[in-house]
Amino acid sequence: MAEVTQLIHEYLRHDKKFPHVLCPGCGHGILLGSLIRSVHALGIPKDDVALVAGIGCSGRVAVYVDFNTVHAVHGRALTVATGIKMAKPDMHVIVVQGDGDALSIGGNHFIHAARRNIGLTVLVLNNFIYGMTGGQCSSATPLGCWSTTTPYGQMEKSFDFVEMTRAAGANFVSRGTVFHVKTLDKLVRQALVHPGFSLVEVLTPCHTQFGRKNKFKSPVDMYQWLKKAAMPLEAYEKLDPDKRAGRIPIGVFVDNHEPALETRYAAMRAKLAKG
Amino acid sequence: MTNPKKGQTRITIYPDWCKACGLCVAFCPAKVLEIDVAAGCARAVREQECVNCGFCELHCPDFAIVVTPRGKTRNGGTQPPQENGN
Amino acid sequence: MSAKRKTAAREIFALGAEAVVEGALLAGCSFYGGYPITPSSEIMEGMAERLPRTEDGVFIQMEDEIASLGACIGASLAGRKVMTATSGPGFSLMQELIGYACMIEAPLVLVNVMRGGPSTGLPTSPAQGDVQQARWGTHGDHSIIVLSATDVQDCLHMTVKAFNFAEKYRTPVILLLDEVTAHTREKITVPLAQDLEILYRLQPSMPPEWYKPFEETVRGVPPMPPLGSGYRFHVTGLTHDDHGYPTQKPDEVVAAISRQFRKIDQFFFDIQITDEFLTGDAEVGVVAYGSVARSAHLAVEQARERGIKAGLIDLKTLFPFPRAAVEGLLRRCRTVIVPEMNMGQISREVKRVNPGTSTVWTINRVDGHIITPKQILESIRKG
Repeated sequence: MAEVTQLIHEYLRHDKKFPHVLCPGCGHGILLGSLIRSVHALGIPKDDVALVAGIGCSGRVAVYVDFNTVHAVHGRALTVATGIKMAKPDMHVIVVQGDGDALSIGGNHFIHAARRNIGLTVLVLNNFIYGMTGGQCSSATPLGCWSTTTPYGQMEKSFDFVEMTRAAGANFVSRGTVFHVKTLDKLVRQALVHPGFSLVEVLTPCHTQFGRKNKFKSPVDMYQWLKKAAMPLEAYEKLDPDKRAGRIPIGVFVDNHEPALETRYAAMRAKLAKG
Repeated sequence: MTNPKKGQTRITIYPDWCKACGLCVAFCPAKVLEIDVAAGCARAVREQECVNCGFCELHCPDFAIVVTPRGKTRNGGTQPPQENGN
Repeated sequence: MSAKRKTAAREIFALGAEAVVEGALLAGCSFYGGYPITPSSEIMEGMAERLPRTEDGVFIQMEDEIASLGACIGASLAGRKVMTATSGPGFSLMQELIGYACMIEAPLVLVNVMRGGPSTGLPTSPAQGDVQQARWGTHGDHSIIVLSATDVQDCLHMTVKAFNFAEKYRTPVILLLDEVTAHTREKITVPLAQDLEILYRLQPSMPPEWYKPFEETVRGVPPMPPLGSGYRFHVTGLTHDDHGYPTQKPDEVVAAISRQFRKIDQFFFDIQITDEFLTGDAEVGVVAYGSVARSAHLAVEQARERGIKAGLIDLKTLFPFPRAAVEGLLRRCRTVIVPEMNMGQISREVKRVNPGTSTVWTINRVDGHIITPKQILESIRKG
């Protein structure tokens, strides 16, 4: 196993201060590891990767890894990534966003990037909360959960990232967790090579801001919950609907192969060039 | 009956990087690791029990743990590679 | 390509908006991200038609103005010369990303065709109400270049200038037009690109391991390689050190912010463009910009016919405010008149630089109609 960490260290920016800024037990680091392993396994050169992040804890991930990294403004990572991808279609443009970044402030961009089916790999780190700003509820905070801005419980329903992205028309839609790392690696690898808009919703615990207020005693408790709650999509579908409550399906939900926006654009240009 | 996989590995933990979240300790199937409260990091207290499953290395959010096959030497110390202490 | 190559400058009958498109393409613009808004949409439509036919042009219609500027910033990082155009409400939406572009020093051109405001205001009528917003709209201390254009030919040349400044100084450049300038149709000359000075951002000459993306340089402008060219670095809107990594160390913060100012401040002589008309012996001065400067030009001519020594400074650069030129006029004239289609935005600047030698009068109009030469002439006669 030694190669795993050794490999990751080859991709980290060691002139950046480590350990990283994230809290003990935060799953964001696990996703970063997964991303590095996936890029390496696919043999993608560092130069060909543009990693665009939004604002929040997820936004801090980008600075630690030796790709072309962009830390954008809150909610707008997808717009910057769209510009990069259209200007350099051969680059692998990866977007790391949090739940608040992607579907609260950045919801409009998210829907439209999925609709356009532009060739971005989008990793949404869903921790159900605004972590960096101090634990306020987000559009992913489940009904009834507590946060600093829902001190009497969340009254609003949360977004289902998978269904939202499917409805918007993305090519590849999947969900994984940072506990099920080998599945996650597989999903990230698939998303990286899949043409068009590819989403991996990554469930990641935030004990500091979400867990503490929602009856999780430790970060480990949250991972125990992920371990129990998550199950493969295929098994989930066979489950009696009455028994689905509290279970989270993981796996690939949408696997289409429609041409990506940049492919359609290139085809239009070729047609125009012919006259 | 002893597991033939046991005792084939050496575990290195970078104390400066480990944040003692306890993830590796809680999920280690062979109970190899424990939190050293005084040092504020995980320790491999029963290294000989390690079955080289790799859970801790894959799940460490801080890239602070390395499981090396015995006989192979890594950079030997408790520092991650390439770190220039910046 | 070569068969279609134009061998001479051509004359066309064009809208101001179309002149902007011609200027952008001459300057090497290869990316446009936009969102429709009156009265700027003709620029977007022109780019939608022309860009896909150029060598590597990309046009994309985004979901809103925020996304438009975001896409432009991304493409700029990827090495493209980029442009977007908008009007008041869209310009307001773009403010956060303008600050981001300032912070990461992304070259880009943003055309704002001003219409009556605030809010939805007068969508099809001219105004000049976004002048101070263009300078100070985004939060935080920042340095920025704001240009304007007087007529249709000027729209073309100032667009080229805007691209040159953006590239040379690694900064967003805002080109402020008004509805009249953008929607006037005139005969203009489209020059050949080879007859124009076209500038490109500085590229690093050192190996990647020595490259620092935000390093102090003599000009204050660090080289900027496109993403994916082997120079991997970090870009962030957080205050950063010369490696691009976030910092809160006071000395590094001061160094970063002051360089961003200095890179513009020390080149006032290059950036501040003014067009002076009969100012040498002027006793009554006029300071104007945009379509108002055309009215002012005529008013000054008419005043001279009546024996009044009037003169005009047409501001092509609004910010950094051309202090030296305006101060000179203020020293020479007993009265300086500032006509503008707002409640007094550039007149604030003129008053600010007035050494006390002149009286500054304003002519303000916010009813969606242009300021006429007659209005200005009346003021000149009183001055």
